[in-house]
Parts: sequence; structure tokens; C-alpha cells
Amino acid sequence: MKKLNRRDFIKVAGTTAAVSALGFPHISSAAAKKVVIVGGGTGGATCAKYIRMADSSIDVTVIEPNKEYYTCYLSNEVLGGARGIESIKFGYDGLRKHGVNVVHDTVTGIDVAARKVSTKGGQSFSYDRCVVAPGISFKDNIEGYDVAMHEKMPHAWKAGDQTMILRKQLEAMDDGGTVLLAPPPNPFRCPPGPYERACQIANYLKTTKPKSKLLIVDAKDEFSKQKLFTQAFDRYYKDIIEWVPAKDTGGGVKSVAGGTVKTGDGNAHKAAVYNIIPAQQAGAIAQTAGLADDSGWCPVDHKTFESTIHKGVHVIGDAAIAAPLPKSGYAANSEAKVVAAAVVELANGREPGDPSWVNTCYSIVAPEDGISVAMVYNLVDGKVAKVSGSGGLTSLESPAEDRAREVQYAYSWFDNITHDAFGA
Amino acid sequence: MPARKTHALIFGSVLLLGSSQLMAGPSASMLANTCAGCHGTNGISVGPAAPTIAGKSAEYIKEVMDEYKFGDRHSTIMGRIAKGYTDEEIALMADYYAALPFESAASKQEFDSAKVEAGAKVYKKNCAKCHDENGSLPDDDSGILAGQWLPYLRFTMADYRAGRSEMPKKMKKKVEKLSDEEIESVLQFFASQE
Repeated sequence: MKKLNRRDFIKVAGTTAAVSALGFPHISSAAAKKVVIVGGGTGGATCAKYIRMADSSIDVTVIEPNKEYYTCYLSNEVLGGARGIESIKFGYDGLRKHGVNVVHDTVTGIDVAARKVSTKGGQSFSYDRCVVAPGISFKDNIEGYDVAMHEKMPHAWKAGDQTMILRKQLEAMDDGGTVLLAPPPNPFRCPPGPYERACQIANYLKTTKPKSKLLIVDAKDEFSKQKLFTQAFDRYYKDIIEWVPAKDTGGGVKSVAGGTVKTGDGNAHKAAVYNIIPAQQAGAIAQTAGLADDSGWCPVDHKTFESTIHKGVHVIGDAAIAAPLPKSGYAANSEAKVVAAAVVELANGREPGDPSWVNTCYSIVAPEDGISVAMVYNLVDGKVAKVSGSGGLTSLESPAEDRAREVQYAYSWFDNITHDAFGA
Repeated sequence: MPARKTHALIFGSVLLLGSSQLMAGPSASMLANTCAGCHGTNGISVGPAAPTIAGKSAEYIKEVMDEYKFGDRHSTIMGRIAKGYTDEEIALMADYYAALPFESAASKQEFDSAKVEAGAKVYKKNCAKCHDENGSLPDDDSGILAGQWLPYLRFTMADYRAGRSEMPKKMKKKVEKLSDEEIESVLQFFASQE
């Protein structure tokens, strides 16, 4: 039997209309295949790097407004004082070494018919495949919480300046003050994040301002890793942390108008420092480009994370509707690799293979106490599914030695995942 | 590249048949790349508590994953992860990582040179038979200890000594006779190998 080379294969596949169906419209032209990635966070950066690692003939452009990216994961340790902001800062030289074209600009539109991305700076980039990794934007679910209020009552749910504003407010607070932390309603980025943050801030208060309190005014009645976090609250921060479920306040914080924080039951709450985390949706460009549905998040075909609204555009990371995969950094990294593999297959006229995903999320609840959730996922009937028997949480009874080890694993995970996404 | 041609041939016939049955299940790279978030790109860890998994023998990786799966090897998280894969999937990942080059982490760690020296003697007397060539030979199916991260080695040895992980009989006999200091020395010796 005669062996087929790639060109022969494309011819053969072409006869079954596979190539056009697979959707690399410029595949027959002499120009390099072009992928434009909107957003250079964990998902976008990982995707760019893995496409280039698998097929360096593909032209990959990442468009990201910021020259430096601050990871949201481990930013709670910056709030608690265990690490500096510089340690969660990553640049794009690593991607450039992989031959990725990194452009610092803001994408303002995606013309899905013409397959073109346009930017605030007036640039235009054509693509064969576009990957949108825009992270989150905030909903207006809290009256009066406008951009000006972000400075006074920081959300710190996008790391960087916001993290430092909140950290400085915590540093400036007198001993005996109250910090009010308002976690958002589901679904949102990093489900265990607000509660890890509570632990990190409480640890700071305990060691430097022991008369202070931390009030968690939740928009939910239950939350991620709840038993493990409750154990940590009791174990380490009994006199500091108080968690109030939504049912006790009429749904959590509903208004910050006039600088007064009010919950759904009409009660006002006074604190020295406010950390208000609003409800969330897919990042702004996903909304503008019409990639989001009524929920504010982006529906995707789980096999390839191609948008079910606009063909030729894939959406990954927090913005995508990928449950049971969580909105986490690890999931974004894992989704990015699935899309990278799919894009490479499609660019070479092949059908994408079956995907596989992993999520691992650590929360550091005390300097020597880490907890985790992990899961392996596969594709069942076209949907992301948990592999039964796999995954789960750290045991409530796990010994101190293992908890201390989980902190070290969290740090090593951080080293590896950031290198996997941003490293040369 | 012949492998790629074969690949194209298979995919070609699949597309022509309009069937996806031959492609059932994720590929080796698809599975293996999910490990990188904790074990590093291409299995080269840059995080001291997580081992580099590239270059270890497939036999060793399969055995360790099996031990995690069935609880014979202590873990915080690997037991939960290992249960997510079939034997066939683990074999694919094991072959994938076995074929990737190992990179020593020695230059990224600090050592006590006196301990490294003492550790060399402990190694020769007790470990060399199974952990060939200073623990660098994957074909002995005993992992790669040379140039591995020290915190990882310490955790693993602590689990062996506490009986939380099962040691091979011969190793158990040797390890039981060694002092804390000798253990630490030999671990530093292994980790310091370039």
C-alpha cells in the first residue's frame, strides 16, 4: 500500500470535504497558518506555547493589554504578607522565545465572518483560528460598586494593582478593626479563593493585629471545600473569622452606595476595610464579540472548546462554560492544551483527538496547612465529565505532616504551572 | 518523519470511513500534558517538592502509578489523580515520559558538601546494587534519583521509613540500618548529581 505524505493526505481528506469542514480556510494558501489568541493569562499563554511546541510552522499572535501578568493564584499570600507582589508577576519573554508574536494592545472587536481581530491601537490581525481567553469581568449586582469604588473597596479579584490597594488598606488598619469580605455568587473565578483569602488575611491579623475581626458576608449559603475551610477557621482563627451565609442577610452585600455597605435585608455594615467581590461573567471582549450567552459566560463544544455561537473561535479559561471543570488556573492550563492540540490537528487537516483534563487547586489556610481538591476529567457524550473514582478533597483527618507537605506542593505547583504557561 | 506519515495514513482512512472508532481515547501527549501543571513542562519539574518525571523508565512509572492507585504508596494527592486513569492510559503516559530526556536539578539546589561526600560512601555500601550509576540509570526500573529534587527525595524517604509506603524487601533491610544523618547524606548525594 502506498504511503501517503501530508499533501496527499490533505488531497484525500479534501475529497470528503474534511478540510473545509475542519475550518482552516487559509490552509491551501502558501501563507503560514495563523492563530490569534486574545488574552495572555494562564490559558492564553499556555495555549500559545503549546501550539508552538507542537507545530512551529503555525504563526501565533497573543494580544494582551498588560506587559506583565499577575497571577490571581497565590495573590492571597500577598494580601496576607507571606510573599511580595513581584513573586506573582510574569512577563512575555518566555513566549517570545517560543516564537510567539506578543502584542500589547486591547482587542476591541472580533469579526468572525472576515476572521479578523481589531484593536484599540488600530491594528488588525487576520486568523484561521482565534482563541479567546479573556478571563472575567464584573456584573453590576452591587448597587454603587462602580470603577471609582474599586479603589475604595477593592475586589482584588484581578491581581496586581487591586491586590496592592487591599494589602495597603490592611496594613494601614488599626488593631481592633473589622475587615468585611464579601464573596460573590456562583459561578465565579476560583471557587475556594475567597475562603483561602479569609485565612490569609486572618493569619495576618492574628500575628499583627490580634484584636481585629474578619467578617465574611457571603452571597451564598455554601462554598467550595467548606468543611476543610470551616475546620481551618475553627482551628486557627476562631476569635477572628465569622462567616455569615446569604440566608442570614437577605443574600449578602447588595449595595455600597454612598460608602455604606448594605446587605439584602437592609442592614448596614461598618468595617475598617472592605473587600467587595462582585458577581462575574466572561471578560469584556467575550461580551462585545457576542461569544457569551444570557448567563454572561461562553458556551463551547467541550471536545475542542470551539464556541457554539461563532465557528472558528475557541474560548478557554474562566470565560468558558466548562462545568464540571472549575474556573481555576489549572483548568485554564488544561483546557489550553486541549485547544492547542485541536488547533494543531485542524491546521494539519486532521480531526482533533479525544481530550483529557486535570484540575488541581491548593488553598493555603495557615503557614503550615495546605488543602487541595483534584479531579481527572474526560469527554463523555460530548461533555466534560468527572472520571468516577478519581479526585476529591484533602481528608479532614489528614495529619499535620501531610498538611505541611501540601503547602510545599502548592508552591511547587505554582513554580511549575507558571513556568508551563509563561516560561521559555 | 515516518511516524507522522503513519499517523496521517491512519487518520486518512478514518476520515474516509467516516468513523471515529479508531481514535477512541486521548493520545499519549494529550494525557501526559495534563501532568505538567505540577510536574513541569515535558516532565522537567522546576518546583522542589514535585519530582521530575521525564526519563524514568516506563516500567517504574507504571509501577508507581499503580501503587498510588491502590494506596501502597503514601500520597497527599497522587492517589486521587492516579485513580482517574486506566492501565492503558497510564501505560501511554509512562511510555511518553520515558522517552523524554531527564534534566538534573542539581544546579538549582544547595548542598552541604560534607554530607554529599559522606552520602557517596553510604550509597556505595547500601544503594548501588539497585540504583545503578549513582541512581541515574532509568533501565534499573528504580526511578531516577540522581539530580532529583531534594525535598521530594526527603518526603519519599520519610514515607518509606514511617511505613506509609512499601519498600522493596532488600531496600528495607538496608534503610533500617541507616541513621537519620546517613539518610540525609545519601539523599544529598543523589540530589547533587549533575
